[in-house]
Amino acid sequence: MEWADFTAGRTGDLHGRAIREMTNTTNTRRDTLFDVEEMELNFGPQHPSTHGVLRLKLKVDGERIVDCYPIIGYLHRGTEKLFELHPFFQNVPHTDRLDYVAAATNNLAYVGAVEKLIGLVVPPRARYIRTILCELQRISSHLLWLATHAIDIGAMTPFFYCFREREIILDLFEEYCGARLTLNCMRPGGQPFDLPVGWGERCAEFLDDFPSKIDEYEGLLTNNRIWKKRTVGVGVLPADLAQEYGVTGPMLRASGVQWDIRKAMPYEAYGDVEFDIPVTYNGDTYDRYLVRMEEMRQSVRIVEQCLDKLPDGLIMAKSPRVLKAPKQSDAYFSIEGPKGEIGFYLVGDGTPNPHRCRVRAPSFMNLQVVPILAKDQLLADMVAVLGTTDIVLGEVDR
Amino acid sequence: MSSRGAHPRHPAPYRYTIVERLYLPLLSGLWVTLRHFVRNFFGRGKTYTINYPEERRLYSPRYRGHHILTTRPDGSLRCVACFLCAAACPAECIHIEAGEHPDLNIEKYPLLYNIDMLRCVFCGYCVDACPEEAIIMSNNHDMAYFNRGQSVVTKDELQKPYAYDESRLGYRPHYPEEQAQHAALRHGLVDLVEEARRQGADSASRTAS
Ligand code: SF4
Ligand code: SF4
Repeated sequence: MEWADFTAGRTGDLHGRAIREMTNTTNTRRDTLFDVEEMELNFGPQHPSTHGVLRLKLKVDGERIVDCYPIIGYLHRGTEKLFELHPFFQNVPHTDRLDYVAAATNNLAYVGAVEKLIGLVVPPRARYIRTILCELQRISSHLLWLATHAIDIGAMTPFFYCFREREIILDLFEEYCGARLTLNCMRPGGQPFDLPVGWGERCAEFLDDFPSKIDEYEGLLTNNRIWKKRTVGVGVLPADLAQEYGVTGPMLRASGVQWDIRKAMPYEAYGDVEFDIPVTYNGDTYDRYLVRMEEMRQSVRIVEQCLDKLPDGLIMAKSPRVLKAPKQSDAYFSIEGPKGEIGFYLVGDGTPNPHRCRVRAPSFMNLQVVPILAKDQLLADMVAVLGTTDIVLGEVDR
Repeated sequence: MSSRGAHPRHPAPYRYTIVERLYLPLLSGLWVTLRHFVRNFFGRGKTYTINYPEERRLYSPRYRGHHILTTRPDGSLRCVACFLCAAACPAECIHIEAGEHPDLNIEKYPLLYNIDMLRCVFCGYCVDACPEEAIIMSNNHDMAYFNRGQSVVTKDELQKPYAYDESRLGYRPHYPEEQAQHAALRHGLVDLVEEARRQGADSASRTAS
């Protein structure tokens, strides 16, 4: 049996269909030099600028991308099933590994869902600490995005500068919770540790310094004509399409929709602090860059205010020894992560384990518009389009 | 709030200003890199990298690294084989087999205590769960194994490495008062050997006085 026949039988199978299409096109392909012919190209899964193991099947007409077909699932680890097998508190380390460059926001979305399900009230000090951690995480995630996005497009220098500052944030995380990437820094009901001695001062020191560092990145890129040539007008996402596809986060705000869960449904300490939501209207790669840069500035503002207002008191709510969800209960809690709305939907059945968990991963939703952004772009702009969506494959495949 | 339909599907092509056409804004970027180059060249800038294996920074006292099984003053393991750490472990990487301890107050001790370091996710829940402070963590993160078998470390290996080196302890339930001093040290790079020697001298003088 031919391989194509074998895969043709499995309709609906993503890989089968992709392979079948590919074999068909290669069979019918004529061997001519100047014939106008569309060609299939595989982009990834081992390509460094796919930021993980994403495979894009591109149909190109010369240098133009005619069609783009993302194939995902290379990093599928069955996280949602794993959640069902462990008690509520044991699942926090699993959430670290969804969006592995922004563990704190994942932690918060998960523990928030558990608290909503069980009905725990978090003490104010813990809420402030969580807000600080999440905003630092947003900065570090955006720094990593800027570093890799710029290096994809060809600007090498921002990479070094961004990692320099990201290092300081990771050091702060290490000091707070003992890990740099897989933080595991929240528990249902509060925070496991208080801030270490002198942490606030070191954080404030970093925050004083950081805006000048953002100016440095902007000096390298914002008005740079080469950067503009690579990003302005590339990958335009209209606002109506963005909303139809459920795109959230900086991608949505760059298309001119002012939607941010931190403002719309304030959680933790966001109701008590002042900050602005940057919005731009062109929806291209350059605008998404501007939005993220401004978001970093706003995050600095939020952390500074939180450090000023940090209340004293308990960091852990009084909670039962074994967390049990009420029978037939469910809760959905979502927060504004660095990449968009990250939410957890939990169903409880009276046992210490969740009955079902569903992760609303922003990267997955944002990846859906990549074929639209990539259409009619040059092949070289594919990395710009992919970089600007800021996907993390751990979260897409879960 | 929504601007549905208001968005231009094909925005007008961007018009570069005359300054941009002359690539003049590039100069601001060049200025940034030049400033860094000059500063670093004359040793004025702060160096952010370290020569890792030879030089190590001081890790956080909460660092979650390789585990340590602590011992009683007589050298036996504090672990009473209660299996709480194994139950709390989300990676299910702790394997314990209990044996009967001759001392009735202690009841049990672990015949076997294995942690699979390749499965461990270094979450620290085992440390949180232990009622006896029998398992703590060190700040050792450079573990390497030649095969998967080696990655399953036994109770002897867990007991050995850093048990008496304070500067290499990591995540544990209680921190001594030196935490503030530790935090102050965290800013600079500290040569661990030097630091250990200094701390040794400190404790010697403390006992002498
Ligand atoms: S650190 Fe976490 S994963 Fe590792 S042994 Fe302890 S409980 Fe298990
Ligand atoms: S290490 Fe602690 S929690 Fe684990 S079995 Fe021993 S005493 Fe119990």
